[in-house]
Amino acid sequence: MDFGSINPVLLIAALLVASTPILLAAIGELVVERSGVLNLGVEGMMIVGAVTGFIVTVETQVPAVGFVAGALGAMVLSLIFGVLTQVFLSNQVATGLGLTLFGLGVSALMGQQYAQMRTPVSPRWEFFGLNETPVLGPILFNQHPVVYLSLFLVAAVWWFLRSTRRGMILRAVGENHDAAHALGYSVIGTRFAAIAFGGACAGLGGAFLSLVIVPQWTDGMTAGRGWIALAIVVFASWKAWRVLLGAYLFGGVSVLQLNLQAAGFAIPVELLSMSPYLITILVLVIISSDRRRASANAPASLGRPFHASG
Amino acid sequence: MTPLFQIEGLTKAYPGVVANDDVSFSIGKGEVHALLGENGAGKSTLVKMIYGLVRPDSGTMRFEDASYTPASPHEARQAGIAMVFQHFSLFDALDVAENVALGMEDPPPKKTLAARIREVSEAYGLPLNPARLVGDLSAGERQRVEIVRCLLQDPKLLIMDEPTSVLTPQEVKILFETLRKLQSEGTSILYISHKLEEIRSLCDHATILRLGKVVGEAKPRDVSARDLAAMMVGAELKVPQAQPHESGAVALALKHLSVASASAFGTPLRDVSLELRKGEVLGIGGVAGNGQDELLAVLSGEQRTTPAAVELDGTPIGALGPVERRAMGLLAAPEERLGHAAAPDMSLYENAALSGWLRKGMVRGKLIDWKKARGFASEIINVFDVRTPGTGTAARALSGGNLQKFVIGREILQDPDVLVVNQPTWGVDAAAASAIRQALLDLTAKGAAVLVISQDLDELMEISTRFAALNEGRLSAPQPTRDLTIEAIGLMMGGAHGMETAHG
Repeated sequence: MDFGSINPVLLIAALLVASTPILLAAIGELVVERSGVLNLGVEGMMIVGAVTGFIVTVETQVPAVGFVAGALGAMVLSLIFGVLTQVFLSNQVATGLGLTLFGLGVSALMGQQYAQMRTPVSPRWEFFGLNETPVLGPILFNQHPVVYLSLFLVAAVWWFLRSTRRGMILRAVGENHDAAHALGYSVIGTRFAAIAFGGACAGLGGAFLSLVIVPQWTDGMTAGRGWIALAIVVFASWKAWRVLLGAYLFGGVSVLQLNLQAAGFAIPVELLSMSPYLITILVLVIISSDRRRASANAPASLGRPFHASG
Repeated sequence: MTPLFQIEGLTKAYPGVVANDDVSFSIGKGEVHALLGENGAGKSTLVKMIYGLVRPDSGTMRFEDASYTPASPHEARQAGIAMVFQHFSLFDALDVAENVALGMEDPPPKKTLAARIREVSEAYGLPLNPARLVGDLSAGERQRVEIVRCLLQDPKLLIMDEPTSVLTPQEVKILFETLRKLQSEGTSILYISHKLEEIRSLCDHATILRLGKVVGEAKPRDVSARDLAAMMVGAELKVPQAQPHESGAVALALKHLSVASASAFGTPLRDVSLELRKGEVLGIGGVAGNGQDELLAVLSGEQRTTPAAVELDGTPIGALGPVERRAMGLLAAPEERLGHAAAPDMSLYENAALSGWLRKGMVRGKLIDWKKARGFASEIINVFDVRTPGTGTAARALSGGNLQKFVIGREILQDPDVLVVNQPTWGVDAAAASAIRQALLDLTAKGAAVLVISQDLDELMEISTRFAALNEGRLSAPQPTRDLTIEAIGLMMGGAHGMETAHG
């Protein structure tokens, strides 16, 4: 057992990387749920993003194109969900679960040929040498561009929901879709846009997993990260900054437990591997334990189908 | 003078029902025009067409001498038409300023908007704090939000859909002053209601709708409320008659009951005490959201309390559930028909069995006697004149009024010793409402005690022996109804509700 082998600076730098897929998926799902739609297909969209991103990068040898393709691939999948739930009024829970199962299956099919392949490594940003600064350098100034993009998206979503008219309309649609309709706002249109954004974010997160973190294609490589993202959105009370906290907490514990395993810490490996899931959910449950407040934060129309009457 | 707004031959049909059939009328500049009719007369469809939410099948509308065919509420607002909705078009989790901004075409930045909300709301005697969450406001304040939203757009025509159904008498007075002020500034108002006295005091002209057709026009100030009612209903109304009898011993008592609400925007009950006597109707009034649902839950047994807080014939029952209370003769009918009083997708006889199995002996061993259940359902249908193809119809398929007759009748026919009902005639046409009230009175003549929670003051005045009001979860001391004036009732309900808090 040797704590000395764990370098806190590298740990935090690795934490930001490990958290990014979940953060991206969660911030997308936050927007979807704020518009009143419950899309349980996050896991499926992530893995489709992971496989399309990987395939396109292998074929083009350009990681940036791969990321865009991953986001687009998952967006297409999310739009299937959109058509089924918003146009044909199918049950959102069942359709979302179906989306996850479909995504897992179709990604395995698509990825068959690509299992042992490698992709070109996309470079990290270095900020004109700032990455050489001790401590802060490796953490803040030497990350993959998508890590910065994910942080930017959190801030952008927070600002969009708080300060823009479109954001206000989106919250209104999620809060009371009948009233929003009566005032002349397009409930279906708003929700489609939100679902597409959520899909793109989940896909980007999946592509980050297969292009940067692992980087390889394996069946079912998202390993439940989509479900954690869903849980984080709920326990974060649908607030953007708390989603950031939840995602980094999960990433932090994941990285820490790997380090502890490597350091030969005397805790059963099984316990260590379940710890990120356990601790993240525990902490977020405690944060949102005020039941009355939590239920008031939930978008009031969440999961309810909308049909314009009369 | 050419009218500001004119509709000609407007028709809209839905599968199986013609909601509006060849409706025509016109509204002059600065005129307050009443649209009078019962539930289901087609008033709502008509205003939805004017506001661009529904497109008419045929007919034309003209606004300011130009053809007017709104494809959406945006176009209606741009033309200068604003609307205050019956079921508020508000968002609980958003603040007042955001709610106002959502109803405007081109809202100014938030700071300017907040200042304008304060300015306009003070000018019209409707104080509002733009930063408060709408979910925390009283019904009267919520309506102020809707009205201020309209006023900020300087509408030429303001549509008001049943605006007074949630207000105390004092708040109604303030609203009418606002509307008269608007009228004097040249704004036309289309006022929709079925409350005759209001229309007589406020409106210049009335168009009366029945079953989607215009059946008459009148100058409300020149005709009696009775004549207006006859035009609206199409027949003379029977007024429920109570047979004179004495009130007896205390049947149901609440003792210093305080309960937190189960829902986030609900109201807790605060130190509620009451005694309900055999043979009387105790009416409980109050603006919606002041603890009515919580009170019903406590009495029905959905919400348990300490045993001694609720007593039935002297027996503490606070800790007992609905089934045990039913066995002891305490029955309850909640307000929400679909999903609370009735299971929407189950048939009428299944719904009859869900509530009546115990007192009507429908269970033998562990098995349900469906024959008896069907028999009970058809008894309800016959006695209460429920219009339905049969006992196998799903509850969801019935119109609101018919289902209401069914769920109230279901409890009444189980011969309760104590019956608690919330909004017994909500959304029911006048003739059926009168029949339900008569049935409640007949129950008391047989010695049962009845507690009626309602927002319809006229209804409570008509049938209750004593009256009390709920205000922010507190119950006023009950007063004999015949000694009460409308002023006194308004004060019991909390006067102009939330007036002080709105200044804060």
